[in-house]
Amino acid sequence: MHPAVVSRILGLFLMLFSITLLVPIVVSVAYTEDTAEAFFLAFAITFSLGMLMWLPFSRINAELRTRDGFIITVLFWLALGLTGTLPLLLVDSLALSFSDALFESVSGITTTGGTVISGLDDLPRSILYYRQQLHFLGGIGIVVIAVAIMPMLGIGGMQLYRTEMVGPSKETKMTPRIAETAKALFLIYVMLNAACTLAYWAAGMTFFDALTHSFSTVATGGFANYDTSIGQFDNNLIYAICIIFMVLSSISFGLHYYTWIRGTVFHYWRNPEAKAFLLILLGCSVVVCGYLFFARVYGMEQSVVHGIFQLVSITTTTGFATANFSAWPSFLPFFLLVMSFFGGCVGSTTGGVKMGRMLIMYKQVMREIARLVHPSGVFSMKVRNWAVPTRVTDAVWAFFGVYLAVYYLIVLLLLAAGMDFVTAWSATAASLNNLGPGLGDVAAHFGDLNAFSKWVLVVAMILGRLEIFTVLVLFSPMFWRR
Amino acid sequence: MKITIVGAGQVGGTLAEHLAGEANDITVVDINGNRLQELQDRLDIRTVLGMGCHPDVLLRAGMEDADMIVAVTSSDEINMLACQVAYSLFRTPTKIARVRAQSYANPRFRDKLFTAEHIPVDVLITPEQVVTDYIRRLVEQPGSLQVLDFANGIMQLVAVRAYNGGPLVGKQLRSLKEHLPKVDTRVAAIFRHDRSIVPKGDTVIEAGDEVFFIAARDNIRTVLGELRQQELPYRRLIIAGGGNVGFRLAQALEHDYNVKIIEFTRARCEFLAEHLDRTTVLNGSATDQDLLREENIDKTDLFLALTNDDEVNIMASLLAKRLGCRKVLTLIQNPVYADLMQAGEIDIAVSPQQATASLLLTHVRKSGAVNVHSLRRGAAEALEIIVHGDAKSSKVVGRKIEDIVSPPGATLAALERNGKVVIAHRDTVIENGDHVIVFVVDKRRVKDIERLFQVGFSFF
Repeated sequence: MHPAVVSRILGLFLMLFSITLLVPIVVSVAYTEDTAEAFFLAFAITFSLGMLMWLPFSRINAELRTRDGFIITVLFWLALGLTGTLPLLLVDSLALSFSDALFESVSGITTTGGTVISGLDDLPRSILYYRQQLHFLGGIGIVVIAVAIMPMLGIGGMQLYRTEMVGPSKETKMTPRIAETAKALFLIYVMLNAACTLAYWAAGMTFFDALTHSFSTVATGGFANYDTSIGQFDNNLIYAICIIFMVLSSISFGLHYYTWIRGTVFHYWRNPEAKAFLLILLGCSVVVCGYLFFARVYGMEQSVVHGIFQLVSITTTTGFATANFSAWPSFLPFFLLVMSFFGGCVGSTTGGVKMGRMLIMYKQVMREIARLVHPSGVFSMKVRNWAVPTRVTDAVWAFFGVYLAVYYLIVLLLLAAGMDFVTAWSATAASLNNLGPGLGDVAAHFGDLNAFSKWVLVVAMILGRLEIFTVLVLFSPMFWRR
Repeated sequence: MKITIVGAGQVGGTLAEHLAGEANDITVVDINGNRLQELQDRLDIRTVLGMGCHPDVLLRAGMEDADMIVAVTSSDEINMLACQVAYSLFRTPTKIARVRAQSYANPRFRDKLFTAEHIPVDVLITPEQVVTDYIRRLVEQPGSLQVLDFANGIMQLVAVRAYNGGPLVGKQLRSLKEHLPKVDTRVAAIFRHDRSIVPKGDTVIEAGDEVFFIAARDNIRTVLGELRQQELPYRRLIIAGGGNVGFRLAQALEHDYNVKIIEFTRARCEFLAEHLDRTTVLNGSATDQDLLREENIDKTDLFLALTNDDEVNIMASLLAKRLGCRKVLTLIQNPVYADLMQAGEIDIAVSPQQATASLLLTHVRKSGAVNVHSLRRGAAEALEIIVHGDAKSSKVVGRKIEDIVSPPGATLAALERNGKVVIAHRDTVIENGDHVIVFVVDKRRVKDIERLFQVGFSFF
């Protein structure tokens, strides 16, 4: 542990983050709003805080160790979540309590997308932009962290990239150096945002709406500029664009990088995780659309549009809404929330357990069955032609176990705080999976919860985003032993 | 012909044995003196002790005027290097190397790699692959003892044991035509009690006869049905032994058959499980009765014993048969055992050296034979020869089969003409460019056959 180095890096992060606060000032001036002052103040505070942490240690240049990586990652999200509250607190017209501001800020930065604010339509544009920008920054953080930190945990992260890279002519790693890989992923992320913005704009959104909604689409966040979410636009073309980009953002960015350098698309189908993800989306859309139609909730067209949109939005843990799905026959809301546990692929911006791990667990179950049938049999667990090492399957099961344990712990805490079961169950799923909307009292927004519940959910969002283990590591005595 | 064989292992030894009997000058190089001594005692060959890829050793082996080098040591790299040295220093015309690693044999690399300017190897042989292909053909043609491809596989020569219940058994050969008016086939040879009978129209097929017949690939099953009751295709296979042959075979068959593979060593099992998609890999002994029962040996169509231990293969096969397996196929290296077991409890005995030696013989022969298959443990041979010349220069072109004076024991069985199968009858006329399939009951007659097909000087 090098507190000095950690402080230096964190200070650097904060200064970088503070610079992004200048963009909302531009928005504020452009739309002649009175929020520029608050944003500038927030910028100044964050920047000086960062400077304060950076300056004393700017000359120390010690080597970072794996352990420092964990601390920096956790502190990075905490610091961003905390300083992210500043603009929300400083804008007087919002009148948010600290708990509310923290919930909003963490929800943005972890790309969860649950909000405590109602009456979004009347908010200043600069605040709306700022919320979406949190999604954008959170998305970058996730993608980069997926490359730099998750492999150290060994819980079935980047190894899955490799399954696609078969044959002599393909690289086993995207690029030889991690910094290069991170850069490549960042580039992909920005390009997806640009493409999404242009598509929305062309489909009839204003440029402001197009840009901000593309931020929350590609980061699979779910903040919208309207109380009625993306349903405000009531435009099937926009829904379709949204579905496409939500799906794209839920597929491993490594695969997109491969498309970029090789110019092929067939590898998506050859990648077992992406294939499973797409197949599950396809199969479940049939269930959802069919149920909507035969339960006579909607007519044919509406069933298909809302069914597919809601399924994709929730499975990818985005959380946009075109319809109030919590009011659908109760099979569907629960089915959809369970889907959010699956999430997207490892190495994307989605939350949840992730498809790759689900796939590994499924294969493990099939192997156990095969072992019962053939007691002398030797079975290797293969995802495509990558034999999954025991180390990885162990870690995946441990992760899944801890995920469920944390899940129920949080549900219990919320129940203790006086929430009803459906609200507690769904709010936890919505936060831990970084989804956004829940059922019951939190179907539309989280504003009516008490402060304690909000804090619990803030912890859930951060745990979910950091895949629990990153945080748990910090709580183990072994970590701190010298 | 002067031939240097590098490596005196199973393949090298068998090859030396085959070739030494045909008036070739054979030199065998190996690092194992005992093995060389043993070969020298048995065969009329020269032996050189030393590393087969060292230039001085090759020089001592007389590479300066050798016509061919056959490198068949257990190391791919030594084999390739021996060919390289032979080419670079001695300009040896024909270089054959045994290469096992699938990576070298991959067509993507092979064509660019094995050229005169890079790695000068003319022929790559992979004995495991040859044996695998050999067994695969047997699995695909149930009921046959041996299946040989000719003319790129459009025509096959099949050995089969005649059983009571086959419609043709106990009848004269000429009635074959009445039984199967649409199928053209020809019986090339019949072996009864290990002695050959020249097949004529009035020859009667008896139960227990080993019959060799040739037909177009698609007709093989129909003809098989005439000689024995129609066999159902195999579906469930158990392979004992996950070595190179077992692994390759499982890989080739796992998508069309239900394959289980039994392997003794745990580590190898894990390798197999990792590299095979649908095959069930079982860790245990092939002679473990409980394991075989557990895996439904009595519902298994074919048990293939492919370990590298003859005794284990034989015992496992006998056990499998006793436990109710429909058919057993056994890999037997020792020719004495092979003779002992064939036609007994074991349905099909496969000799790995036989298959490999056949392939090498193809390249050793000078007669323009594109395919040579050694049969009945080397006693008989089937050759595919391309006919050149015209009526003046050749003894065969433009003549009817019945007019050709062929040596005793040789049968001109079929032709391939412009990609079509022509079964030879008395009035078939041979043309320039035909591929003729000749069955020779006695290998000593091969020389006469070569002479028969040679082109006279006027051709040039």
